[in-house]
Amino acid sequence: MIQMKAKVIKGARILQEAVTTQHGTDHEYTTTGLNHRKLLMWAFLGSDCMFFGSLIATYMVYYGKSKVGPFPEDLFSIPITSVSTFVLLMSSMSMVLAYAAIRKGSLKGFRVWILSTALMGMTFLAFQVFEFYEFANHEVHFDCSQVGTGNLSAFEESFQNECIEGVTTVDGIHDSDGNNLTGLTPKTNLFGTTFFTLTGFHGAHVTLGVIWLLSLFFYSFRGGVTRERDLDVDLAALYWHFVDIVWIVIFTVVYLFGVFPGFPES
Amino acid sequence: MSSMTTSILPRPIHPTGLWAWLTTIDHKRIGILYGVTAFIMFLSGGIEAMYIRLQLAAPEQELVSPEIYSQLFTMHGTTMIFLAIMPMGAAFFNYLIPLQIGARDVAFPRLNAFSYWTFLGGAVMLKSSWFLGGAPNAGWFGYAPITSSAYNPGHGIDFWILSLQILGIASLAAAFNFIVTIINLRAPGMSLMRMPIFTWMTFVTSILLILAFPVITVALIEVMFDRFFGTNFFNVGAGGQPLLWQHLFWVFGHPEVYILILPALGIIAEVIPTFSKKPLFGYPVVVLSGVVIGFMGWMVWSHHMFTVGLGPVANSVFAVTTMAIAVPTGVKIFNYMATMWKGSISLTTSMLYAIGFIFLFVIGGLSGVMHSSAASDAQQQDTYFIVAHLHYVLFGGSIMALGSGIYYWFPKMTGRLMDEKLGKLNFLLVFIGMNVTFFPMHFLGLDGMPRRIYTYDSDMGWNLWNAVSSVGYLILALGVLILIVNIIWSVLSGEKADGDPWDARTLEWSMSSPPPEYNFEQIPIVHGIDPYWEQKREGLSTVPISGGSGDDDSHGIHLPQPSYWPPLASLGLFVSGYGLVYLSSSIGLVVSIIGAAITMVAVYAWSFEPVNDPDEGEGH
Repeated sequence: MIQMKAKVIKGARILQEAVTTQHGTDHEYTTTGLNHRKLLMWAFLGSDCMFFGSLIATYMVYYGKSKVGPFPEDLFSIPITSVSTFVLLMSSMSMVLAYAAIRKGSLKGFRVWILSTALMGMTFLAFQVFEFYEFANHEVHFDCSQVGTGNLSAFEESFQNECIEGVTTVDGIHDSDGNNLTGLTPKTNLFGTTFFTLTGFHGAHVTLGVIWLLSLFFYSFRGGVTRERDLDVDLAALYWHFVDIVWIVIFTVVYLFGVFPGFPES
Repeated sequence: MSSMTTSILPRPIHPTGLWAWLTTIDHKRIGILYGVTAFIMFLSGGIEAMYIRLQLAAPEQELVSPEIYSQLFTMHGTTMIFLAIMPMGAAFFNYLIPLQIGARDVAFPRLNAFSYWTFLGGAVMLKSSWFLGGAPNAGWFGYAPITSSAYNPGHGIDFWILSLQILGIASLAAAFNFIVTIINLRAPGMSLMRMPIFTWMTFVTSILLILAFPVITVALIEVMFDRFFGTNFFNVGAGGQPLLWQHLFWVFGHPEVYILILPALGIIAEVIPTFSKKPLFGYPVVVLSGVVIGFMGWMVWSHHMFTVGLGPVANSVFAVTTMAIAVPTGVKIFNYMATMWKGSISLTTSMLYAIGFIFLFVIGGLSGVMHSSAASDAQQQDTYFIVAHLHYVLFGGSIMALGSGIYYWFPKMTGRLMDEKLGKLNFLLVFIGMNVTFFPMHFLGLDGMPRRIYTYDSDMGWNLWNAVSSVGYLILALGVLILIVNIIWSVLSGEKADGDPWDARTLEWSMSSPPPEYNFEQIPIVHGIDPYWEQKREGLSTVPISGGSGDDDSHGIHLPQPSYWPPLASLGLFVSGYGLVYLSSSIGLVVSIIGAAITMVAVYAWSFEPVNDPDEGEGH
């Protein structure tokens, strides 16, 4: 009975605390002390892991299964993509600085860093657009004397029939309307299908993130972003870092595995 | 900022009437909306089944064409799984979870409204395909490449893909909401190991949902891109592998099976102790076995693919995991029976349904173990034996449990008891009808009758059991009809119920029936697994747990206010869904962009709208 009473008193104290915290302005009472929205964001990111996991799994299942070119090694430029990867990773750092600034109440610092995060995100997207455009317009150029020497890629070798009497170099393959026939589109082969779908959905995530960051930036001029409401920034930051991490996986699995010989080929 | 959004659309302030329901964010109202919609969808799926049973009642009939027959079984399966059983579960989640854990609402009331309206949009969209050039016809698991535009040029599959995507958004939003609600809104003292089993199973189900639905989303995106943009995911000519679809689908599909059955197991765990007057036997084991089922549900998907030719190693591994998952399920069944053992059992309709559940679910579980053996499954794959098995677990399991839940919680939701005489007749007809319909399918299947055939020769030896099965459908339909009569009659003039008609255990019974809008006047303190029993029997409560006193004074309770934005965001998804179906035409493109724009504006306005307008009174 005494034990029971102690339990009851303890319960009452918990309730008392619950009531007092409930009256504090923005911080509603929660069982765990974690904010609802933050918990939601973590659950969402867990779910999004399965989304990208499925897309990456699809890419890997079809890796090396394309029947016609172009293949990854014909298209990827690791130096260029490394630059855009670097920019995206640095944007995570400026995101941290933006969050740190708002935590300290520095609205000016917040604006500088959130804007530079968004700009770096847009730079990454610009690289991606450029890359997609380049891939779609990829042309083969080779010297016919190189055919069969081992200096040409499998994709280039597949056009050796172009080297007919009187042709010394192949400068792009076109149909009668002048359309390039050697570019990569989602329809070209399994590589095109899976590559554009995976990186396209990642790009869509980045786009959404940029819109979110810019919304925060402009909202800060209307008094919407304050030290007390730093959670709004925190949530955007969580999302942004997640999108970055996904890119690290994509860069490794898609770009690095796709170019360097010796990486697993199924 | 709130002034900006309120100038676009003022905060809805209709306490009653149609607008109140359209803009409601009260979890209890949303639960009722879910329940009514799901029940209507259940009936429509039942009508589709009626055509199937009529067509198969006798050999060589031509009531429906083979084309229509394919659409019928596809729509029957898709409807029952996504539009009936899942949302029926969601109806109970919505209504009960905040009440069971001692909260005033879910963590995100507007997101909750969004879930419902999005679900409704997806349901209407799927069903409308019947009238817009033909329903989907590739079976509920839509194997590639039957779904490719080369073999399926009509819009049926497009409707299937897009409505499932919309339903997926609805389910995901709801699952996020319930995860946060259950983790974060438990009343003081309600530790995880004091949560009611139904809450626990909702929690596990929600986690399965948020992890499984992205997989089907990706699979559907791949089919969609193949159909709309000519990609090669399942284009065999370009090296695409239909097997990829099967893996992605069943990696989602098997956890989905547990999404359908875990809430049922939760309902049973609430009903049986109450009507046995005994606490649940082995509470921690029941919780743990539910969690283990949720975990192991991810390791068994390839048992749907034993005849594909994955090789002996894969088949053996998945056979063993499938046999193993029967263990935690069996543990639960034994716990339920041990709860009844030496209990003081009152055989209400709800309890009869629960006992019927145990009986039928065990039959379904045993036939499941039979085809967990890959060699045995090779004989059963794609026969009526599988149809019998899945109906014993989904009808005998999920639907029986939902029936039990309806009879159990109806007084709480409406303030009136359901008629017990009609109820027992209803149970008896459903129980007999269900067995007469589905048990003969075991024989048909073992005799080699394949699934999904629209008719059969009269000399195959399948005439008798098909005729029996169709008669069973009539009994079953009569039983469901009596359920409808009982619900309508009881809502209108059933006996009035007080707050606690069953002498029940959990917090939802500690308030008036139906509960006040704010649920708990004061947030209760929980001392044990059966808090309301402990309050009634041991006086273990310091806080007067709310309700029923006629004291309407809700000052100081800030309830979230209704909002227009969630239904508008759902409307946008609905509109753009239709637009995407007709994406090949320019009108379709325009419509889908308009829909997306509506959703974007609504989400924007929603995120700038405070949960409560501080300057507008309180307690609405």
